[in-house]
Amino acid sequence: MSESSATTSARPRRRVVNLPAHVGPTRASAYVCEAVSCLSMQSHDVLLGLGERVAAAGLTDVEVKRVGCLGLCAAGPLVQIPETGELFAHVVPDNLGGIVEALAAAVPGGERVPEAPFFSRQLRIVTENSGRIDPESLEDYVASGGYQALRTVLSTMTPAEVRDEIARSGLRGRGGAGYPTGLKWNTVAKAIGSPKYVICNADEGDPGAFMDRSVLESDPYRVLEGMAIAAYAVGASIGYVYCRAEYPLAVSRLHKAIQAAGRSNYLGASMLDTEFSFEVDIRQGAGAFVCGEETALIASLEGGRGTPRTRPPYPAVAGLWHQPTLINNVETFANVAPIIRKGGSWFAGLGTATSKGTKVFALAGRVVNTGLIEVPMGTTLREIVFDIGGGIVDGRAFKAVQTGGPSGGCIPSEFLDMGVDYESLIGVGSFMGSGGMIVMDETSCMVDVARYFMDFCREESCGKCVPCRVGTTQLFMLLERITTGEATMDDLAQMERLGHMVQRTSLCGLGQGAPNPIFSTLRYFRDEYVAHIVDRVCPAGVCSIEPAPVST
Amino acid sequence: MARLTESNVKIAREIIGRYPRPKSATIPLLHLAQEQDGYVTNEAMSHIADLVGCTAAEVLGTCTFYEMFKMEPVGKYVINICGTMSCALLGAHELMHHAEQQLGIRAGSTTPDGLITLEHAECQAACTEAPCLQVNYRYRFRVTTEGIDQLIDDLRGAKLTEEIPPHGTVARVRQHIPVNVGVGAVDPDTVSTAPAWLAVKEEAK
Ligand SMILES: Cc1cc2nc3c(=O)[nH]c(=O)nc-3n(C[C@H](O)[C@H](O)[C@H](O)COP(=O)(O)O)c2cc1C
Repeated sequence: MSESSATTSARPRRRVVNLPAHVGPTRASAYVCEAVSCLSMQSHDVLLGLGERVAAAGLTDVEVKRVGCLGLCAAGPLVQIPETGELFAHVVPDNLGGIVEALAAAVPGGERVPEAPFFSRQLRIVTENSGRIDPESLEDYVASGGYQALRTVLSTMTPAEVRDEIARSGLRGRGGAGYPTGLKWNTVAKAIGSPKYVICNADEGDPGAFMDRSVLESDPYRVLEGMAIAAYAVGASIGYVYCRAEYPLAVSRLHKAIQAAGRSNYLGASMLDTEFSFEVDIRQGAGAFVCGEETALIASLEGGRGTPRTRPPYPAVAGLWHQPTLINNVETFANVAPIIRKGGSWFAGLGTATSKGTKVFALAGRVVNTGLIEVPMGTTLREIVFDIGGGIVDGRAFKAVQTGGPSGGCIPSEFLDMGVDYESLIGVGSFMGSGGMIVMDETSCMVDVARYFMDFCREESCGKCVPCRVGTTQLFMLLERITTGEATMDDLAQMERLGHMVQRTSLCGLGQGAPNPIFSTLRYFRDEYVAHIVDRVCPAGVCSIEPAPVST
Repeated sequence: MARLTESNVKIAREIIGRYPRPKSATIPLLHLAQEQDGYVTNEAMSHIADLVGCTAAEVLGTCTFYEMFKMEPVGKYVINICGTMSCALLGAHELMHHAEQQLGIRAGSTTPDGLITLEHAECQAACTEAPCLQVNYRYRFRVTTEGIDQLIDDLRGAKLTEEIPPHGTVARVRQHIPVNVGVGAVDPDTVSTAPAWLAVKEEAK
């Protein structure tokens, strides 16, 4: 792949998309991925070039359009012809002949999913529009079924009926902990106090996860529709999207979506000619991971340091400005419209006994097909890593998959046939988190992995509570000693004791989850710790350890 | 370099007007101050304190909590090299080392000409594109050491000025919600009744 193209010389400023309008019905289309990954590899030039080439070839029944993430980021820039299912990878702007030929030859036969297992094994609900619609076009969203759910809700359902439907679906929060969404909506609806607020948590910061960014970049209206339905269901009129400031493209697309939705009465006062009013504002963060924690997020919105506080009271009862506040994750809101459109029972029919629907995972690390994937809950790790992910790079051996970011753990190969859901992950000492999946092969040192995550937690600890502030630093120092070969077995025992203390006594999930990478690697890879300490070698050859002094 | 300019005060007041509690505008106003001066000056913090009605110390406390706010001048371009898991597995360390050598500075400092600041960053959410970095929060993916060299050359040669806006402007996207569609900042202290539409809808049954 053209890895260097991402950093090559100056590119002209993004030009305005002014593609030749095709006349009559569309026979074939070219979907050019303009998610941030493909965009960084000149996909905008591909889009413009393709428009010119199609016009020059006189293909008046062909549509060229910008779409959101097509998913297979490792092979970008991507162009897809949905009518035939053909997918073009690593497309370069000055070699578009093949695509134009394929467009000229395409015979319409309805949309088909490309045959590769990367696509056929997926089930797309949250990402159903990603790679299909122009993320900056309200018309495109509406044409693909967008805002049907909101119309239904406003014209035929009471707020209580909406909450019942969500409860029936079994949807659980996708922000990490998996709290039942219907239950949360009911708590907010019944909480005493007004005004109430709706907050979309888009402060995604879990290492390894970027599904929220992708949803906002590829299908921002879906999140706004979900928020509007939620606001109706809980009795709120004002919403905020708290978005990581490091996501300028997501912020800009969301901003355009809010403007366009407002103009077309999908937001604002008297929406869709009903009594219902709902306004949404974007709030950008300023680079603090802990602000993803709901009480810290609220503190930040209120203008203070983003430090968490003890719960209860939960934000559902006393949140923003002490008012009842509904906080859900981006992906949670993105599930709402399909549930209303197709019914809670439909959604409850997908997934496992306790975890319904699908989950979006960011598949990364030492796997062939890296990218964003969406699969039903309960899909096995083997299917994800080997069928969809195409296995390990360079044909090496699978060692572990890390899920749940800094609160999660490393799952070894003996659990490859385990179906993934909230409970099963906890059962093996890991965590769903926001859906990062980092695949590791034999070149990864598990002690080093634990050290990385502890470094992250130490760095991002807000400093409010002592166990987290001091404990994560101490744990990190112990891990450093192990990876440099200076530790003793007493240090290992000390680390475990301290880990349990940090887990039990920290104020929020950051500290409570921080020792988890240590515990899970100790559980499955204790011999690697012992090798570092006793034999003073790093079995994976990652850590540089001075050989032990030769004893005489 | 100082307090917020006349025109920025106007923007500030508009932002403050969107919240029932002025203090809630602190972070957007800090972004605004940073956009104006490239970093957040003491004078700007005092000014913000006046505007939102709290002490300068409170604004300082908020400001120092967030990594993106700089309390002293930084380069026109801030390069953040991600060092978290996926990137670390794919050579982020070597990249950082290389960048430090090429720029002749350590991570956390700025080149003497004031052009480039180099920083460590935590996960930038592009793990499938590792190793990655951001220049003023604009992505560069699958970065190689040659890619770093090229990037530095391009920044020095002012070749990326169109593509990468100067540091401090990341929060430039501002909302202007027209009054006729806005609901307005409802003060929870003065309004405590449920929205009118709710009663209508709940009864509709
Ligand atoms: C340290 C920490 C970081 C978190 N980061 C996020 C985040 O980036 N995005 C998110 O949606 N939830 C995050 N959460 C979870 C939130 O506190 C909250 O549970 C969630 O937003 C609720 O939404 P849900 O019910 O839809 O999952 C984090 C929690 C902790 C303890």
